[in-house]
Amino acid sequence: MKFLTEYRDPELVTAYLEQIHLITTKPWTLMEICGGQTHSLVKNGILEMLPEHITMVHGPGCPVCVTSVSVIDEAIYLAMQPNVILCSFGDMLRVPGSKKSLLEAKAEGADVRILYSPLEAVQLAKQNPEKEVVFFAVGFETTAPANALSVVHADQMGITNYSILASHVLVPPAMEAILSDEDNKIDGFLAAGHVCTIMGIDEYYPIAEKYKCPMVVTGFEPVDLLQGILMAVQQLESGEYKVENQYARSVQREGNKMAQDTIHKVFEVSDRVWRGIGKIPQSGYEVNDRYKAFNSRIKFNIDIPLAEENKECISGEIMKGLKKPKQCPNFGTKCKPEHPLGAPMVSSEGACAAYYHYSGVNEAAVK
Amino acid sequence: MSTDPKIKMNLQCPMPKFDFDVITMGHGSGGLLTHKFLQSGVFDILKNDLLDQQHDGAIFELNGKVAFSTDSYVISPIFFPGGNIGDLAINGTVNDIAMCGAEAKYMSLGFIIEEGFTMKEFWEVLVSIKNAADKANIKIVTGDTKVVEKGKGDKIFINTSGIGIIHPKASIHHNNIEEGDVVIVSGNIANHGIAIMSLRQGIEFETTIQSDTANLNHTVLALIETFGKGIKFLRDPTRGGVASVLNEVAELTKLSFYLDQNLIPINESVEGACEMLGLDPLYVANEGLFLAVVKKEIAVEFLAKLKADENGVNAAVIGEVTLTHPGKVIMKSSIGGKRIVNYLTGEQLPRIC
Repeated sequence: MKFLTEYRDPELVTAYLEQIHLITTKPWTLMEICGGQTHSLVKNGILEMLPEHITMVHGPGCPVCVTSVSVIDEAIYLAMQPNVILCSFGDMLRVPGSKKSLLEAKAEGADVRILYSPLEAVQLAKQNPEKEVVFFAVGFETTAPANALSVVHADQMGITNYSILASHVLVPPAMEAILSDEDNKIDGFLAAGHVCTIMGIDEYYPIAEKYKCPMVVTGFEPVDLLQGILMAVQQLESGEYKVENQYARSVQREGNKMAQDTIHKVFEVSDRVWRGIGKIPQSGYEVNDRYKAFNSRIKFNIDIPLAEENKECISGEIMKGLKKPKQCPNFGTKCKPEHPLGAPMVSSEGACAAYYHYSGVNEAAVK
Repeated sequence: MSTDPKIKMNLQCPMPKFDFDVITMGHGSGGLLTHKFLQSGVFDILKNDLLDQQHDGAIFELNGKVAFSTDSYVISPIFFPGGNIGDLAINGTVNDIAMCGAEAKYMSLGFIIEEGFTMKEFWEVLVSIKNAADKANIKIVTGDTKVVEKGKGDKIFINTSGIGIIHPKASIHHNNIEEGDVVIVSGNIANHGIAIMSLRQGIEFETTIQSDTANLNHTVLALIETFGKGIKFLRDPTRGGVASVLNEVAELTKLSFYLDQNLIPINESVEGACEMLGLDPLYVANEGLFLAVVKKEIAVEFLAKLKADENGVNAAVIGEVTLTHPGKVIMKSSIGGKRIVNYLTGEQLPRIC
């Protein structure tokens, strides 16, 4: 696979690891923002290959994990309406709401469909004019352009039976929320390569400056991650706190202007409740006034009680980097993928799922 | 893959003339329409001496230790690159019997058809069943057809059961597995699941990914004939893929299965599709593939013989049995790290980004 195997090259991996071992003199805690990065680190066994001095903690960049229980409840409420087809990315289906998951709603007869693109949902709306098609528009800045584009398309095509339940979240406000927590121990960040591909990197300069925290925009393959870690450790060891771009093959400083324009056409920045973390001001996107006819919340006048999160789930502490998945007393016992207490155990980008599925080689070994 | 001879076989069977184009509830009623349906010539292509006895069940003799297995086939879409639900239903059950070290002899065939299913499609499925049965050298000796209301099924569901005689040299049991045994896979993994997924998602690749559906009985029986007890364990990794089978065996034997990711054979398009769809090929279904755990001493010869077979061209040693991590499957990642390969929970769901 061209452009992937090059970044999984064992010799390069070894070379980067040697460099990291060579220059690390003090203990450093780095947070990778994106759940895709977390999974790559754990699945490839990289965490065990790093020097003991380097602790990787796993950030909130898993859209499934940070979607609040109340929003899941809203999606389930919509899915249970008799005339609604609720379309979602597959990942969201197993996440528990306050009473059930979308997968359970589906089993009860709700018309829930897994799609790869919101544009498919617009097609579905066109093919089913007697139905209301709702797309569960979840994700960071990465998925926002396509979700926005689906609204623009539907509007242009005169489709009136399509709307989106937006639950978009933004990375920079979450980073600030994490760094401003006085208990945080994070020395540097690996910023999320895909988010920066869309948004560029300018938003990160003031944060790096304010918190004196190095930020390396990093990709997702083993070589990317190790190069990102090396760049962050080099900065830390020499007392610097710059914004650097490891993922230059995808990320340009200004990002993707066309994608940004599409986002701004349809969405406005709004406050957002993050699962496990709480409300972060100005940390999400909501459909703007111009396109309010495509906002499921307005269209269906959703009015359901705010749900409480399961207090036994410590996902907030994990996603803020205060704890690691295995420090949760319920990890692998009361909380498993088949009966999760929280989303990180069932999302394919969740830190708990990564640890549950891939880690534990040392623990399982004969002593 | 597209030139694979085993999927090219297409017996020339012209469809008989019927006075109906679609199957209706009446065709499953047991009455006149059912009679007409059965006598229409549609089932004539499955003819054999035992089926022709026209008893309520088949009567035959079997000598020796037998293996008996059943499976239901509900795949959607029913036609896919490399096959359809018909040959899948024969090959699947033939392979389950083969994995017991037996040669399937006789099979039952049950249809549950959704009303409105066209005779043209039904005929196509039936021809595939006939071809697959001939290739596997089995007889369909009893059957059943039911029709359900529109919306209560999904075109056609098939159940097959099979029975076969255990090869005298076979000794296939997970209890035979020991430290040092070698794990071999008979070909590229994940072809079937990805062929189906790409069809469902309307995703196209440079080359069409074909399902690997195939009967493995001749391949497996020839290996048993040569290597006998040297073959400790066989299993076809269908639903749940290679990882699920190895986890089951690891748990049962309390041994550790140590895989090397770089040794696991996979077609490049399939690997790319997995990356794109967010799926782990180790959990993706296969329909013409088997895993073998064999004695270390015979591994080289076993692999050579398997690779010479049409169903084993891409076969490879993928790992070994150790005592290091009891009950676990461990994999050395492509970059040299180690990780657990766990059971999959539920279905693999495509991820957000």
